[in-house]
Amino acid sequence: MLLTLLTRLARSLGVFLLVTIVTFSLMYSNGPGVARATLGLSATEEDVQRRMVELGLDRPLLIQYLDWLGGVFTGNLGNSFFTGEAVTSALANRVPVTLSLTIATVLITIVISVLAGVAAAYYGGWIDRVVQFFASIGAAVPPFIVAVILVFAFAVSTPLFPATGYVRPAESVTGWLTSITLPVIALLVGSIAGGAAQIRGAVLDALSRDFVRTLRARGLSERAVVLRHVLRTASGPGLIAFGLIMIGLLGGALFVELVFALPGIGQLAVLSATAGDVPMVMGGVLSIIVIVLVVNFLADFSNALLNPKARAR
Amino acid sequence: MSLRPTTTSLATVLAPRAKPRPLLVRLLLNPLGALSVGFLLIVAAAGAFAPLLSPVDPNFTDLAATNAAPFSDGHPLGGDSSGRDVLSRLLYGTRETMLACVIVLAVSMAFGVVGGLIAGYYRGRVETVLEFVADTIMTLPGLVLLIALYALTGPNMVAAMFVFGIIIAPNFFRLVRAVVVSVRNELYVDAAKVVGLSDLRIVGRHILWAVRGPIVIQSAFVAAAGISIQAGVDFLGLGDPSKPSWGVVLQDSFRSIFRNPVAIVWPSLLISLAILALVLLGNALRDVLQAAGSAHPLSSSRRRQLAREAQPAPADSRSSDSVLAIRNLRVGYPSGQNTVRAVLHGVDFDLRRGEIHGLVGESGSGKSQVAFSILGILPKEAVVLSGSIWLDGADLLRDKAALRAARGTRIGYIPQEPMSNLDPSFTIGDQLIYGLRAARKMSKSEARKRVLTLLDRVGIVDSQRVMKMYPHEISGGMAQRVLICGAVAPDPDIIIADEPTTALDVTVQAEVLELLRELSRERGLAMILVTHNLGVVADLCESVSVMQGGEIVERGSVDEIFREAKNPYTRDLLESSRAVELLEVES
Amino acid sequence: MSQPILEVENLVVTFGHGRHAKTVISDVSFALHAGETLSMVGESGSGKTTIGRAILGLAPVSGGTVRYRGETISNISRNARRKIAREVQVIFQDPYSSLNPSMRIEDILVEPMAAAGVGGGRARVRELLDAVGLPSDAASRYPREFSGGQRQRIAIARALALEPSVIICDEPTSALDVTTQARVLKLLKDIQDATGVAYLFISHDLGVVHNISDRIAVLYRGEIVELDDARTVAMHPKDEYTRKLQMAAPVADPQLQKERRSARRAVLFGSTA
Repeated sequence: MLLTLLTRLARSLGVFLLVTIVTFSLMYSNGPGVARATLGLSATEEDVQRRMVELGLDRPLLIQYLDWLGGVFTGNLGNSFFTGEAVTSALANRVPVTLSLTIATVLITIVISVLAGVAAAYYGGWIDRVVQFFASIGAAVPPFIVAVILVFAFAVSTPLFPATGYVRPAESVTGWLTSITLPVIALLVGSIAGGAAQIRGAVLDALSRDFVRTLRARGLSERAVVLRHVLRTASGPGLIAFGLIMIGLLGGALFVELVFALPGIGQLAVLSATAGDVPMVMGGVLSIIVIVLVVNFLADFSNALLNPKARAR
Repeated sequence: MSLRPTTTSLATVLAPRAKPRPLLVRLLLNPLGALSVGFLLIVAAAGAFAPLLSPVDPNFTDLAATNAAPFSDGHPLGGDSSGRDVLSRLLYGTRETMLACVIVLAVSMAFGVVGGLIAGYYRGRVETVLEFVADTIMTLPGLVLLIALYALTGPNMVAAMFVFGIIIAPNFFRLVRAVVVSVRNELYVDAAKVVGLSDLRIVGRHILWAVRGPIVIQSAFVAAAGISIQAGVDFLGLGDPSKPSWGVVLQDSFRSIFRNPVAIVWPSLLISLAILALVLLGNALRDVLQAAGSAHPLSSSRRRQLAREAQPAPADSRSSDSVLAIRNLRVGYPSGQNTVRAVLHGVDFDLRRGEIHGLVGESGSGKSQVAFSILGILPKEAVVLSGSIWLDGADLLRDKAALRAARGTRIGYIPQEPMSNLDPSFTIGDQLIYGLRAARKMSKSEARKRVLTLLDRVGIVDSQRVMKMYPHEISGGMAQRVLICGAVAPDPDIIIADEPTTALDVTVQAEVLELLRELSRERGLAMILVTHNLGVVADLCESVSVMQGGEIVERGSVDEIFREAKNPYTRDLLESSRAVELLEVES
Repeated sequence: MSQPILEVENLVVTFGHGRHAKTVISDVSFALHAGETLSMVGESGSGKTTIGRAILGLAPVSGGTVRYRGETISNISRNARRKIAREVQVIFQDPYSSLNPSMRIEDILVEPMAAAGVGGGRARVRELLDAVGLPSDAASRYPREFSGGQRQRIAIARALALEPSVIICDEPTSALDVTTQARVLKLLKDIQDATGVAYLFISHDLGVVHNISDRIAVLYRGEIVELDDARTVAMHPKDEYTRKLQMAAPVADPQLQKERRSARRAVLFGSTA
């Protein structure tokens, strides 16, 4: 058990280093380019050189990375090239927005897709066909299209919900709720479709196990067979699926935050990337990777907890 | 060389065959498949002939057409916020989309398929490393890497799609690896190795052949993801604004959504439909390639009609001490368009109190179907076409309450495969106690005591410890004892044992048969023993029914039938069995 | 006796490395002579299948040697194995997994000939199908169109394609129905009479091998506990485990089976209950 925990932790750390090295080198490998982006097109070669020294971009890439990595642990990720705002404080404002968006979506997704997936797999027939139909369509339409359509439908035609903008829950809970309703719906379409399809598959698989037949023959009620045994068997693959859905939602949140003008990490990363504000982009990337790793670790680990074979190791 | 042995008696007649249709024909016969292929062909043609079809140059600005409404003069889909023609921009954008799809598919296949083949075929350390890489990539939100890339390259669709190809490659990798691993374990690959085929020829001839179907299906889904991500990147403003693309058009129309709301319809519709067409194409391919002719579900109205037509059969009691009577049982399975093929053709069967009755037959004779019918655990697609199963005056095929009350309580079930019939997520004790309490009302501690005693009785040493173990920690023989314990615990008077010793070694089989005999004697259990093994019948049963092709062809006492079978099939069966047995053993 | 065609000497097979190493075969030796049938009998975990796979180069030989006509064939390259392939062939247990579902019967039968670089083509395919009692129009069909017994005949035809002098039969009938099993066993016997091929016959069932074997070896936990001529092993086993095995399989005769049951109890518990 402890060994499982430790290997998974070590693995997460390995992934963290690998991914941050790759993204950091992608962004910082062109030092003069980064410096020039902060100065504008009219900057001379000397201006760029001076700026590079100023920002520490003239140092070897590895040193810059180690410097940045040290900052991750001391809580100093540098400042924005443009506004001078500390990256950490920008993140502190924005991470809760993205998290509330994605966590709300995942929770609703779990409830609806488990109900739909189990019903489709268990009852079959028209329920199955309806669920599969909507799952296909839902999975096909990208979140940004759903978001655009929602803005079109609600904000432009019937302004029931605020089209854009974000209200902090501390200011007004109802304001917060209405401000994230449309974004959450935009994310839900795809994630419920994916979740329902995955749960349907997992439940069908569990239902076809030999022991399910034996349990029925032994006189267990359908309720007990499905709730106690089938769901338990399907919960492993289901957990992994929801972990992946949560990760996918972080990508979707990028679009949704931009469309609905929500001050989340996605919006920060995209706007900083187009502006060339590299420390901010790296900060956004860092927070997304950390969320991904935590989600992954939790999904993996709880899956191991559910599986007696893995637990014994 | 003269190879020819005396095989005249062996010559087999083969059934006439239906020639399978080519894949493309089958795909086009599938309505959704035809529809999506058609739509995608139109889109591809529109992209290819964009210069001919476009009313004007996609970047030509006509200030008069700024935010023009659709169907206005010269601009069928209207103009965008800078007065450029939307239709022309979408047509030219199709080329970008197609290019993006090609890049994503080429890159992801190059990495994923090759990696999957290597990992699956050679296994070992290579596989571990590649799996780690694939897992790592899978856990990343791909867009984040694309944003990091933008910082390096600026707007560059080719680079972005190349990177996205790598990000999505694990999909191919996992798929191909899984197929290769399973194919590699197939004996035909071993046979190819034995004749000395090289690895390259084995991969080419046997393995690539097996993975091509899944790769084609996956390609449709990957192309859909490619369109989505390309449009998405452009929509975020990370694309090249000077090049018309679906995403750029969408972004532009979204920016002017309050001035010209209708404009977002065209790019949204185009992107969604293209992705939907690819997803549906993937589904259709899956249906055509993987479910070839196997699934012919009955419509629910036909199913209801068959249920209405199923006639019960009265329980003309043949013998006074019959505990279970099956009358005119016919069971069928869907085959072809809304038709049903019967696998049981009117089975009549009586089980007397305390008797051990063998139900013998070869594969496909329908013996397990009889057993499953009694317990109401036929597969979902099975249809009961007629007949009744009488227990205590209730017809188990129609009286669902009686069936529920009888299962576990009156009738116990011992399955064939011991390991797969225990739920791996629960301890032995947990499943046994829960199962017992589902059948009989009793307290937890009472149930626990009963299970412990019975575990000792079925020959499990250290039953206290075994109760706390999980199924994967015990052997097959032990698992079968646990299952027997589970069947017997609620004190039923009938046991249905479906090939209870087939999966066991012969020495373990002898012990389990001994156990079944003793339990039957001690508890006065009547037993239906489904088996293909006449030796098992001779060992355990008093009477026997021989099944062939869904019918009982002969029945009687074991002594009689084994001495002097009347039916030719029974005689053949007995002769074949005895040919491979050690009949005389000198001690 | 003449020089054996196949010799297995002090064979050891170990799977895995280091801490996870598991020795499946420990120190097994035997010899197979031309034209004879030697059977390996044992229960699951006895290593009987592994011995066959080790001879064929499908399982790792960690110790000892396998020799074909005096020439070592254990741990040789795939290229060197191709030469042996003409002489040592195999019939597997599962006729469903041993034929590639996407290949026509003709291609399945031609594959070994193509690998060995011998011709013969369609005429040879017809001859092989004829030899195993299948009509020649079977050649253009796919495996799914055949029953289990028919598939096993195709597998036998494939093994015969290169006219080998040894065929390793790995439980060739245990997946078949009993009536089919009898016919396939008869076919194997007929082929041996016609061609003089030697069989190494692997089975879990002492009864199945009794009639077709010249000699029988009984395996228990990776070791040979008894090896003698077939009649002796089947009827007068010396080893206690063989005796248990012999008594355990029930026979299709209620009277006889009753006697055997009590005899078995006598052996196991020392008293006739």
